[in-house]
Amino acid sequence: MATNPATLLTHQGGPDIVTIAGNSSIGAGPVMADARGTPIARPARRRQPYSGAAYIMPAMKPSALLIRTAGTNCDAELAYGLQAAGAEVRIEHLHYLIDHPQVFSKASIIAIPGGFSYGDDIAAGRILANRLRQRLLEPIREAVRRGVLMIGICNGFQVMVKMGLLPAFELDRIGTQSVTLADNTSGRFIDRWVRLEVPAQTRCVWTQGLDSLELPVAHGEGRFVVDRPETLTRLEQGGQVAMRYQAEDDPNGSMGHIAGICDPGGRIFGLMPHPERFVDPTHHPAWTRGGAALLTEEPAGLAILRRGVEAACQATVAT
Amino acid sequence: MSTCSADSVTSGQEASAGPRIVRFEVWLHPDEPDRHARQIVGLVEDGKRILAARSAKVYLIQGLTGADAIQRVGGELLADGVAEDIHVGVRPSEPGHQTIEVHHQPGVMDPVAQSTWAAITELLPEVDGRSLEVRTALRVEVQLEQPARENALRHLATRHFANPVIQDIHFQPWCPERFPIPPHHPFELVHVRLLNLDDEGLMRLSRQGHLFLSLEEMRAVQAWFRQRAAVAKDDPDTSGASGDSGGGEPTDVELETIAQTWSEHCVHKTLKSTVRYRSEGEDPVAQRWVGRAGHETESGDGGSGPLVIRNLLKSTIAQATRELCEDEELGRWCISVFKDNAGIVRFDDEHGVCIKVETHNHPSAIEPYGGAATGIGGCIRDIMGTGLFAWPIANTNVFCVADPEMDEADLPRGVIHPRRVLEQVVAGVRDYGNRKGIPTVNGAVYFHDAYLGNPLVFAGSVGLIALDRCFGDARPGDLIVALGGRTGRDGIHGATFSSAELTDQHADEFGHAVQIGNAITQKRVMDVLQRAAHWKGEAGDEPVRCLFHAITDCGAGGFSSAVGEMGAQIGAEVELDAAPLKYDGLTYREIWISEAQERMVIAASEDDLPSLRRLCAAEDVELCVLGRFGSLDAKGEAQLVLRYSGREVGRLGMSFLHDGIPMPTRQAVWREPARPKVEGHDDESNAIDPVATLISLLEHPNIAAKHWIIRQYDHEVQGGSVIKPLMGPGQDAPQNGAVLRPKLSSRRGIALGCGLQTAIGDPERGGDSYWMALAAVDEAVRNVVSIGADPSRIAILDNFCWPGCDDPRVMASLVRACEGCYDAALAYRTPFVSGKDSLNNQFTTESGRIIRIPPTLLITAMGMVDDTRLSVSSDAKRPGNLLLIIGPTGPALLGSHLCMVHPEFREPGTDEIPKVDLKAGPAHARAVASLMRERLAVSVHDVSDGGVLVAASEMSFGGRLGMEIDLSEMPFVDESRRSIAALGFGETPSRYLIEAHPDDLPRIEALLGECGVGYGIIGTMIEEPCMRVHVSSSLPNIELDIEVLRRAWLRRLDW
Repeated sequence: MATNPATLLTHQGGPDIVTIAGNSSIGAGPVMADARGTPIARPARRRQPYSGAAYIMPAMKPSALLIRTAGTNCDAELAYGLQAAGAEVRIEHLHYLIDHPQVFSKASIIAIPGGFSYGDDIAAGRILANRLRQRLLEPIREAVRRGVLMIGICNGFQVMVKMGLLPAFELDRIGTQSVTLADNTSGRFIDRWVRLEVPAQTRCVWTQGLDSLELPVAHGEGRFVVDRPETLTRLEQGGQVAMRYQAEDDPNGSMGHIAGICDPGGRIFGLMPHPERFVDPTHHPAWTRGGAALLTEEPAGLAILRRGVEAACQATVAT
Repeated sequence: MSTCSADSVTSGQEASAGPRIVRFEVWLHPDEPDRHARQIVGLVEDGKRILAARSAKVYLIQGLTGADAIQRVGGELLADGVAEDIHVGVRPSEPGHQTIEVHHQPGVMDPVAQSTWAAITELLPEVDGRSLEVRTALRVEVQLEQPARENALRHLATRHFANPVIQDIHFQPWCPERFPIPPHHPFELVHVRLLNLDDEGLMRLSRQGHLFLSLEEMRAVQAWFRQRAAVAKDDPDTSGASGDSGGGEPTDVELETIAQTWSEHCVHKTLKSTVRYRSEGEDPVAQRWVGRAGHETESGDGGSGPLVIRNLLKSTIAQATRELCEDEELGRWCISVFKDNAGIVRFDDEHGVCIKVETHNHPSAIEPYGGAATGIGGCIRDIMGTGLFAWPIANTNVFCVADPEMDEADLPRGVIHPRRVLEQVVAGVRDYGNRKGIPTVNGAVYFHDAYLGNPLVFAGSVGLIALDRCFGDARPGDLIVALGGRTGRDGIHGATFSSAELTDQHADEFGHAVQIGNAITQKRVMDVLQRAAHWKGEAGDEPVRCLFHAITDCGAGGFSSAVGEMGAQIGAEVELDAAPLKYDGLTYREIWISEAQERMVIAASEDDLPSLRRLCAAEDVELCVLGRFGSLDAKGEAQLVLRYSGREVGRLGMSFLHDGIPMPTRQAVWREPARPKVEGHDDESNAIDPVATLISLLEHPNIAAKHWIIRQYDHEVQGGSVIKPLMGPGQDAPQNGAVLRPKLSSRRGIALGCGLQTAIGDPERGGDSYWMALAAVDEAVRNVVSIGADPSRIAILDNFCWPGCDDPRVMASLVRACEGCYDAALAYRTPFVSGKDSLNNQFTTESGRIIRIPPTLLITAMGMVDDTRLSVSSDAKRPGNLLLIIGPTGPALLGSHLCMVHPEFREPGTDEIPKVDLKAGPAHARAVASLMRERLAVSVHDVSDGGVLVAASEMSFGGRLGMEIDLSEMPFVDESRRSIAALGFGETPSRYLIEAHPDDLPRIEALLGECGVGYGIIGTMIEEPCMRVHVSSSLPNIELDIEVLRRAWLRRLDW
């Protein structure tokens, strides 16, 4: 059938799951074995070799629910990335979920993709955050209680903090905002790749063991700001900082160079950079320079998504 | 957060007129960076420095009652509790501060207000949406050294925050008690006196009625209505709307429909006309045209003398495609060319890719932000309206503007400063493309002072389309269904306005032609159409089918063009009352021709309406049934019937509407432009300083880094980015074009690039548009081949932006460009698949001086990339690698950037146009593609603006490696004319720089030898970060730190 790959999934007729895994036409392994370039200097990373293969047996595939609404626009590539990481993906419109909140109970991963929900009118993520809080707070709280893995990327992160789903110091504080993502210091939208660090003591399951990595950012409102100094202290001490920009590579002037945070349990993760935009080696801006590390390691974005999927998988097995 | 309390603004008696307006101000916390302040603090206005500034978002909301509602809207919706404060009412100015407030004029699209309205109705279900009204504004508080006069504040506002064409500027906080209720116009059928007008009267009607039709066209219109009136007398039953009360005169909406359909913008009447082309003096180029399809000598004997070209477009550009498609493989590859909203070529066994490039010049001249945003928005809608819906996957844009550093005192009246124009068009494309989630991947900016009053904004879009969704046709009985935005008074007369010439009065006269888009409304429509085009039934278990038979967008001309086009063969009947309106008070005429944004029209069977309605409801998209396709007159001919309020308001024959336009023969006269002859030979004694020249070329705005623009665009959304605009270890190596993978599960890709060679086509500077066209095609092909496109699968598009073609000399330059396109397309075997023209690009100043733009031809190329892993970037990769040049250099320097930075430079070659060799150019492209296929090229960079040393510098600093180059190793076309200037800085077309590993040299030389391509090994990559160039035996070497080069390139447009 002729689906448009840019939007593979629709609830019209249920999810069309496109299998990517290891045997897809995209192939695996080194992109250009005989590239005559120099590897760019890259810090050593603890990461699995990139084989492109699925890591999880199909029977155990956790199911991921992607929430989209007017202005969501990174849904297809996030679905692709999560599938490549081993999940089954279902994309649903907010309106459908308001009418069918029971869908949440079937998800072991909930993702809010990037984009410009409602045009970022009033402020980035504000309207979707309000709608989720007003209409779906209970099913989401219930999912948090169940230990469902969650990821909010870029606009999804903005939504998460504005609806009070992060930092979620306590369960009953979900719904109360205490941090925000404000205008970049430059006052402008910026798209470029940044170098990131994962704090060693982070509790975030999505970034465990990734000490340094590169990902693209693309946002105008990504400056992490807290309501009071104690919030920052608490995030730092509780291992809730999941990812930081390298100090000289901070694109937006965030407090503590924070690029992503998680809940105290480490399962709910929000970040400004786009992991779904680095799931293939040719996404990297220096991929044409070859270099063994770049071409044979698992792309950092895929590594993040895979950690989330694996954690969800373990949770599924455990229950 | 400050407390929310209903203060004086909301207190007081509720008058019978309904609730009053509540004013909210959202202020950033004092320590938060303020982007509006950042723009202006430190500037000097009215001779006084701006010391400080703060801004607030202002919301005026009518229909909120009760302190609780106000508290919740302010606290939960409008302000961010962490970074912002809410203030209800007017916060008093601090001492010494002055207020600037910018409000949208009533009726201007305000997406934030729309979203806020919807969010309030959800937050407060008890609020009645019908009585709720929201408007937004910006308040800026400025503190200058001393208070500024109002005029100075107005200047500051228009320079940075506001456009008076669509916005009102206040110098006090502005909050009316209530919004005015728009006047209601009772329905009145308007007839226009036409039948008895003389020529002078016809032309007056054409101009004053904003029809912009020529005298011949007005006469043809008059003749048609006279005939209709005569028939009506005999047989009143068959007469049109005007039969009874109007005495046979046309209605206003009938005339408007014809004017829209016949506008240059919609019908391309100049390019489709017959042209009589005559040369004064020698014209060897034109002699070759005799005998081509559609070309005849006037004498009929094939000899010299004037040439008659029938339908210029069909006989040149479309003819090239027709001839190329006779080749079985190319014919199979080209799926739909020149017919639809966009050209479609085959991508793989399931999908095609379609591409369209549009211009939006005149709207962008008077409102650059809205003009550029709706330019790209309209082009995306064209993609969505191709076949039976294509999914947009990439955008491109090219801007031509005047010197951004020009003195404001030199600006003619009615002209916006070029820097403001560029900032605003970039912001428009950014906000629209980014919101829509379509990566903006490729573009260019070209600076020329003649674009001062008439900047050019090209917007391109690419879509992915299922192979079984490439064609559609409305069927008789289908419903006319409109989706998306509501209809308002915005954008009236856009199509005819874009076909007129700009003057200093246009901002006042055509403010209503300006449209503001809403990307999210369009995104919603796109999400609905994607599902409707691949419908699987309510339960998702039916065979996939499309819920509509045809689709098109409402662009120029609005419903008038969309319905008129879709029903051209079968007729259509329209009920204008059915269109949802933004506000009351629109007349039937305004509804019909409004170019309000974000509307698509589909033809759907009545049986599928319920499914369409449900789909739309699920995605918050408004749908209305405007009427029905299929309407024949008594003689069985297709007709267009318009009704409003139960009355017929218009009735036109489709054949007259679409084929009735007279096509007079246009005159073209060519005379070779004068070029001051330069005698003698370059003895290198008075040669230019190569070091200073290289630096000033890198600083030239055409060449300098466009990172300021590129970084504001999301060029990676949708996840298919392979070759980005800037790559390399520092993400600052400029690339030749963009490669992306439209299908994430596939390695196949498309490459996008563009060619723009305005300098060699500018007759004011001795240029010739024939050679310009060849060079533009060559450049576009070079762009995409050097990033991995298969040279035998490249589709190209033409976009002509020309000054007024009533001048036979200008018309001749248009003819020559078209002929150049034909020759180039055949030589490179690159079919044109789509194109567009925008004529009358000139500006008349207050004093009557006409500034004509230089003839501008943008060629966009889209090539297929079989395996994106074989793409390469331009940044230098490894010390020890070799630098090769493909293609010999020639002596011609006319139009080069060297001559722009050294206007005084008069050496041999500066009077000669660089000419593409149509045998060598394609051969070079094939050779480079072979090298890449064999993985023998590690980097490829095309040699274009600024010549070899600029291209080499970009490779060098882009890869953070030095280079040693010996210019004497470069092959030259004619050794006796070898010149340093041409070697180092000439812009001979068809040349590429290649980086290769020394071990691969034997294979490379063998391959290039087989292809018969001239090349030279001219340098080596070195570890030391230094550009070292051996220029000649008599001149000192260039030796420059690559960081010096990089900074020179970065700083000019680092805004």
